[in-house]
Amino acid sequence: MTEKINVKHGDIVVPGDILAEGMDFLPSGNAIREDNKIISTSLGLINVKGHVIKVIPLSGRYVPKQRDAVIGKVTDVSKYGWNVEIKSPFEAELNVLDAFARRVDKRVPLTKMIDVGEYVFAEIYDVSKQGYVKLSMKNRPYQKLSGGITIEVSPSKIPRIIGKQGSMIKVLKEYSKCQIIVGQNGWVWVKGDAEKIVALSKAIKLIEEKSHTHGLTDKVKELLTEVKK
Amino acid sequence: MAGSGNEKLIVNGKRLDGRKLNEMRPISIKSGVIPSADGSAEFKIGDTIAIAGVYGPRKMHPRRLQDSTKAYLNVIYTMDSFATTERNRPGPSRRSKEISMVMKNALSEAIILEKYPNAKIDVFVEVINANAGTRTAAINAASIALADAGIEMKDLVTSIAAGKINGKIALDLFQPEDNFGEGDLPIAIMPRNEKITLMQFDGNLTKKEFKEAMELCKKGCKELYKMQKKAIVKRFKEQGGAE
Repeated sequence: MTEKINVKHGDIVVPGDILAEGMDFLPSGNAIREDNKIISTSLGLINVKGHVIKVIPLSGRYVPKQRDAVIGKVTDVSKYGWNVEIKSPFEAELNVLDAFARRVDKRVPLTKMIDVGEYVFAEIYDVSKQGYVKLSMKNRPYQKLSGGITIEVSPSKIPRIIGKQGSMIKVLKEYSKCQIIVGQNGWVWVKGDAEKIVALSKAIKLIEEKSHTHGLTDKVKELLTEVKK
Repeated sequence: MAGSGNEKLIVNGKRLDGRKLNEMRPISIKSGVIPSADGSAEFKIGDTIAIAGVYGPRKMHPRRLQDSTKAYLNVIYTMDSFATTERNRPGPSRRSKEISMVMKNALSEAIILEKYPNAKIDVFVEVINANAGTRTAAINAASIALADAGIEMKDLVTSIAAGKINGKIALDLFQPEDNFGEGDLPIAIMPRNEKITLMQFDGNLTKKEFKEAMELCKKGCKELYKMQKKAIVKRFKEQGGAE
């Protein structure tokens, strides 16, 4: 049997591309094995690590994964908790028992705690095979988001907004002096002065559009220097 | 088929629009033409123009059609009233329903529907100018739009038609050839394994001619596949996708 790899790190592939032949490699991410070939299943970037070939999608909706931190919008209140929209094909559920670290007073109506239309920052702690998503806000950084606005970006661009070891988000926070929370599902929540938020949303749009160009951090800094005081 | 074989469709070894028998019309493909859609594409082949938009995977409504094992694929094909030389009645028709159905069957073979349980994928294809070969153009546009939307697929779907004109097999018929030719065979294949996902036929062909037409289609599809791949990648290369 011949072992052959047809792609290299950083290549763009489309569905149906043969990435490698032979049993020497393992598929991961958006790639599958068909007989002795590894095939890409979506439009994405190639990531080769040793014998593992991974396809990181370039477009598409957010697919929930366990332990992801997401921002969701409460769409409905049920008997036991809240239904939360997380910009994915599947709706998420936040149970009262998972919503707060402290004990909940049973007499307080649920809408008094979190109302329909409010945003929450939560962790995905379970995704069932049928796509039912369970959220949790028991641990420390997860909370209800009061005030502020949410900016929508493509979920595939979220790593760019955070940057390498959080370099980009650091710049954004330092220059705009806003509170920023980034959800893996493509929602960015910001809170601060109105002028600064306007500049910040411009910067985020710039990152989204020119995500892979060189010197992006400098451009973002340039855009935000006006509001930095 | 109105074909009686009396009309001259091949003159001096060339077709009426100057093409050779195994030649396709000029093709141009663009992806990401609809900003509000999750994925979109425009496919032009000669004078036929198809625009596809993909929305989803999203929540399935009505809920009784939800499937807990796989996604529901909804394909809607429309031909606009101004697409043909004579105005055609807008709205769903017998013809558009049939094409929607065959397109759904052709595409669902390629999409990994099991990845999106309880969800729905909407594919809307609009033909804004028709000059024969609209269903093949629609399938091509839809498959590019699906890839653009980031939906997981085993392979792209490419589609082209072959037919018989003046007793000879020709690739990619245009309107006069479709009207006065002797046969029309649109097929769609998944190019990697050459799996056939759509095959329709009307007219008269012998067994030998049929095989010849199939071979011609497969060759055309291979050529188309390269163009499709280029068009999908192009949008992301422009953004500076490759690091």
